Amino acid sequence: MEKIIWAFIVGGLICVVGQIMMDVFKLTPAHTMSTLVVVGAILGGLGLYEPLIKFAGAGATVPICSFGNSLLKGALQELEQHGPIGVLTGIFKLTSAGISSAIIFGFIASLIFKPKG
Amino acid sequence: MASNKNNKLNLEQQKYQSFAQKREPRRPLLSNCLKAFISGGAICVFGQLLHFMYIKYFSFTENNAGDPTAATLIIISVLLTGFGVYDTIAQWAGAGSAVPITGFANTISSAAIEHRSEGYVLGVGGNMFKIAGPVIVYGVFSAFVVSIIKMLVNYMGGI
Repeated sequence: MEKIIWAFIVGGLICVVGQIMMDVFKLTPAHTMSTLVVVGAILGGLGLYEPLIKFAGAGATVPICSFGNSLLKGALQELEQHGPIGVLTGIFKLTSAGISSAIIFGFIASLIFKPKG
Repeated sequence: MASNKNNKLNLEQQKYQSFAQKREPRRPLLSNCLKAFISGGAICVFGQLLHFMYIKYFSFTENNAGDPTAATLIIISVLLTGFGVYDTIAQWAGAGSAVPITGFANTISSAAIEHRSEGYVLGVGGNMFKIAGPVIVYGVFSAFVVSIIKMLVNYMGGI
């Protein structure tokens, strides 16, 4: 139960950071998302993102920064097992579920739905 | 940065710039942040509930329950985008609906739906990653750089 409260607070705070980037620094959503992904990868490299996931659960895995962290984590795992080539083979290993389901269902949606407005 | 830009403009254009700046609607920062906090937090709580559900009823473990959770959130977000509901939510929620993974799915599916009139190959296929593309490009490149740095640090005996 505690985890749900922390998921709400941490997830909400990451979104507030995104909102501040959009409102104060006048970035577009695409710039905001790209920046957050890079921040996620850097935090992952410093070893700070895993403790955050342990602590806040989905509050840390649902925001887009976890995408950067997962890319890095997949690359590092394969790097350990297979050497330098692992960086290339492992980079999409953990994010495959997110990217492929977004492509597949996005495409299906374009077959079914008509644009509005 | 602003003064740098103004140097290249002539007087008329500078006048217009200050005219437009005065009339740009002020963004209510505090209430926007509060909305982003509530909606972003709610999406994360929903993700956490899905996570618990997949562990309890579908025999996933703590480590791999993230995959079906992400996929479910993406399916829901794509459906809401298709029915035109996600845009309404996004207008209220701001970054609260853009930052979670549902926003990523929303950018892909809305671009796909929007450009279907230009044909399925160049329209849908070509424009699908218009907004999500930069996210993937910068994510992959930064992950590559960080992992190379980690590799070099380990090679030299670690810190």
